[in-house]
Amino acid sequence: MTYAIRAEGLVRRFGDTTALAGVDLAVPAGTVFGLLGPNGAGKTTAVRVLATLLAADEGHATVGGYDVRRDAHRVRQLIGLTGQYASVDENLTGTENLLLIGRLLGLSRRDARDRAAELLAGFQLTDAAGRAAKTYSGGMRRRLDLAASLVGRPQVLFLDEPTTGLDPRSRNDLWDIVRGLVAEGVTVLLTTQYLEEADQLADEIAVVDHGRVIAQGTPEELKAKTGGQVLTVRPVEAADLPTVLAVVGEVTGVDPEVTQTTVSAPVNGPGALPAVVRRLDDAEVYVAELALRGSSLDEVFLSLTGHRAEDETPALEGSPA
Amino acid sequence: MTAATVAAPSAPATPARRLGPTAGLRHTGTLAWRSLVQIKHNPMELLDLSIQPVMFVLLFTYVFGGAISGSPGEYLTFALPGIIVQNAFFATMTTGFGLNQDLTKGVFDRLRSLPVARWSPLAGRIVADTVKQAWSLTLLLGVGMILGFRLGNGVFGLLGAFALLLVFSLAAAWMSVLVGVLVSEPDKVQIFGFTVIFPLSFTSNAFVPTETMPSWLQHWVEVNPVTILANALRGLLVGGPVAAPVLQSLLWAAAIAAVFAPLAVRGLRRRV
Repeated sequence: MTYAIRAEGLVRRFGDTTALAGVDLAVPAGTVFGLLGPNGAGKTTAVRVLATLLAADEGHATVGGYDVRRDAHRVRQLIGLTGQYASVDENLTGTENLLLIGRLLGLSRRDARDRAAELLAGFQLTDAAGRAAKTYSGGMRRRLDLAASLVGRPQVLFLDEPTTGLDPRSRNDLWDIVRGLVAEGVTVLLTTQYLEEADQLADEIAVVDHGRVIAQGTPEELKAKTGGQVLTVRPVEAADLPTVLAVVGEVTGVDPEVTQTTVSAPVNGPGALPAVVRRLDDAEVYVAELALRGSSLDEVFLSLTGHRAEDETPALEGSPA
Repeated sequence: MTAATVAAPSAPATPARRLGPTAGLRHTGTLAWRSLVQIKHNPMELLDLSIQPVMFVLLFTYVFGGAISGSPGEYLTFALPGIIVQNAFFATMTTGFGLNQDLTKGVFDRLRSLPVARWSPLAGRIVADTVKQAWSLTLLLGVGMILGFRLGNGVFGLLGAFALLLVFSLAAAWMSVLVGVLVSEPDKVQIFGFTVIFPLSFTSNAFVPTETMPSWLQHWVEVNPVTILANALRGLLVGGPVAAPVLQSLLWAAAIAAVFAPLAVRGLRRRV
């Protein structure tokens, strides 16, 4: 198999903090690889090392077969980078932003102009082409940013938290675009703290926490890894919640999670469900809902890291924490 | 057309091992264009570059002129070179401001991920700021001449003044770059600029003759680079001693560059 990205034992320290504590990655060409992890897990540092922006203290990596340190200039000709913060120049128009990149990549004035127009059309930005990017909405800005990283027709695209802060519609639009890119043969390395995003886009996911890859596999493999299923019980009377909690806890042997109306816990083995039903019946608890479902990546994440992933909706700027 | 059809990776030609010899200059030119074309969408910057210098000339000439030199006309001859120097110092802060903006917004990372010469993002910015600097200088001299400022040394004096000021600005830009890489947000570059450049330019003979100040202050005023550069510009533009102040200005420029360029480059390496 040809790997578009390979990394072995990447270590990077910033003072006392170890951002990468020995990361190995292997991304087959033409696939989407998701780096999933909470804020500060080391995802961005990994991308910066692979995109030649940052030197690793230990280990080495290749992109498109070229070493990111020794052959950085070659790697830069193969990659596109879309950062966590939309890195377009806000004081330039959409067209000017793409012209800038085109000219820096050595396109003639005319070719750069054609390429800019082509990309703006492809990303539904033609109407806004002559406006300064600072007037763009978040979604438009992100599309322009993505367009800018595609001017040079890269083989490998790094998307560092591409949908952070976007509304659901813009997020879906961006996902569609990414799927389109992959269909065209681009290899994508995606970092995200959204489990749903990794689930939707990635062929393979590496879960990163504290600078280490703590699990890796397809979304399905990861879900299966944690024993698979979650049992949720909703009693008719909220007053029965303590009883339900005790029963579920005893049967599953873990601390169940409790909301206002439900109790849920991961279960292993086929015996749990009948046991819970029998014991709730003995206790004369009437149940409004009893469900057994495959665990979401959310639970995978929880069981792997011992903490929940970041809240799905990022805090609005300026709102109290 | 959809996004997908515009993204197909180009045929995997063998990428070049390194850049051609002139590529860095081309990149610098493109990046300088970028900094200058920004002005079109950010009229406030043009205001900064144009109205502020003109306002300073008018205010100083007509408000302080009579009190300090007896008449606005005489004061203009004395103060215009000083105003030019102060303006040049303020103008160098644009370099740090723009650089910090690029760093905090992620534009700098985007540029560095491209196969461009490593020094071109900084060089492009400095070239663009030098153009802006020349624009302000032209404007200041133009307004000054409308108000009655006369060149004492003709075209050569004028060209010499231009050249000296640009050389000095290039050196001073390194201080600005250092501030730009050290502070966390662009506005702090502005704040720094005001808190340092105001006292620096006012404790000089840019606006007021040294003799009127207390003697302890005079010691500083005489070695202040603003005084020295203002004296050099007076010599070149109006008349009087030229060689000594020009040489001292160049020494100051060399010293500033020698201290701040390595610090700025180191700071930038650490930051990115």
